[in-house]
Amino acid sequence: MLRFLFALLLLSSCLPARAGGLAPAGPAPITIAAAADLKYVLDSLVTIFNRQHPQGKVTVVYGSSGKFYEQLSHDAPFDIFFSADSDYPQRLQQMGRTAGAPVPYALGRLVLWSKKLNPSAKGLNTLLDPQVKRVAIANPAHAPYGRKAEEVLRHYKLYDQVKPKLVLGENIGQTAQYAVTGAADVGLLAYSLALSPELRRAGQFYLIPTTAHTPLQQSYVVLKRASGNATASTFATFMASPVARQALKKYGFGL
Amino acid sequence: MRLTLALAACTTALLLLLGLPLAYALASWRGRLKPLAEAVVSLPLVLPPTVIGFYLLVAFSDSSALGRFLIEKLGVSLNFTFPGILLGSLVYSLPFMVQPLQAGFGQVPRSLREAAYTLGKSRLTTLWRVLLPNIRPALLNGMVLTFAHTLGEFGVVLMIGGSLPGRTRVASIAIYDEVQSLHYAQANAYAFTLLGVAFVILVALYWFTRRNAARLS
Repeated sequence: MLRFLFALLLLSSCLPARAGGLAPAGPAPITIAAAADLKYVLDSLVTIFNRQHPQGKVTVVYGSSGKFYEQLSHDAPFDIFFSADSDYPQRLQQMGRTAGAPVPYALGRLVLWSKKLNPSAKGLNTLLDPQVKRVAIANPAHAPYGRKAEEVLRHYKLYDQVKPKLVLGENIGQTAQYAVTGAADVGLLAYSLALSPELRRAGQFYLIPTTAHTPLQQSYVVLKRASGNATASTFATFMASPVARQALKKYGFGL
Repeated sequence: MRLTLALAACTTALLLLLGLPLAYALASWRGRLKPLAEAVVSLPLVLPPTVIGFYLLVAFSDSSALGRFLIEKLGVSLNFTFPGILLGSLVYSLPFMVQPLQAGFGQVPRSLREAAYTLGKSRLTTLWRVLLPNIRPALLNGMVLTFAHTLGEFGVVLMIGGSLPGRTRVASIAIYDEVQSLHYAQANAYAFTLLGVAFVILVALYWFTRRNAARLS
């Protein structure tokens, strides 16, 4: 019985994993690493793109820009990196890991979002409400939205008061999750996420004026491993198309 | 889910091959440095998986000497690949295989082994026909625990996996991603599947252990 078990284990184990390694013919599929604020807009754009280009399939992985920067500097197999800022793509270019210069694609905006309070009435003063025990922002250490959130709090001279109440999300998606589940009473989130159906249904927000922080210029960059990859360059062109520009605008990005 | 099962099965199979000689050596070794070796084997039990993942990430990177050697000389890139997360799992689950096996070997009376040798059986035959059948519950325990423990692995894969769909995005990472995307239904589907699989595995293990114990007594 034991021998049978061993044989079964050995047979069943290592075979299926390798089957996926074969390269398909035609345009190569690409994997994009994207900042979490792009979740909804990029999901819809990739659906359109994949329909138009059934040959070279595009897959997106979302996370914090800083995490992707870290992974890409350790040679992660992503073809294009959509950062929530321009700094990380520039640093990758300086390290010689990119196939070209970073391309700006949008300006990010922030909102003050809450499930139970209505920030649209009092703006940032909502943060002073005694009901507010926890404030979610993305981790400023590796999420550009977190750095801008900190700037906003300092701009309104609220940082010192709010600091003990801060909870940090790994990226802006997780920060939104804290706010949506009510784990945090308010959150400083990406406008693009606040406009998503999931968040629209769940709460209310106040759009923070662009004067409260330095511009959040977002750039993408094609990585070295994708130089000469037709799908990567087609997708880059697609991002400049009116369809893509309109979608970005619809999801609250400045162009 | 297929990727998760493949990772768990591969880890279990490889750790069985590596763990058997290691556990056997540890069980029969009486040296003064034994606690040191035991501590090394058990380290993954107490280390946060992110620590293991971090060291592996740095070691496999093309900015480290080892990583450059692997990539340039052997053409093997381990970060963000299936072989990479497999290697991470081998480290992560090592004690779950070795500890039960070592305990099992330790419980087999010396006289049994010596009797086999006096009857002219080779070491390999003794291992195969005398020792292994006698530690069957321990073998099963080690395999099942290794499999189940690897199913739930998160931290190591998070660090060196990169969440690549179909390549390194195992179920635990998928749950994390789905929750962050506010897709609670999908997250729940993954989580519930994992819960079910883990529970069934453990029930089967304890059922088998009980039956085995009843048969022995």
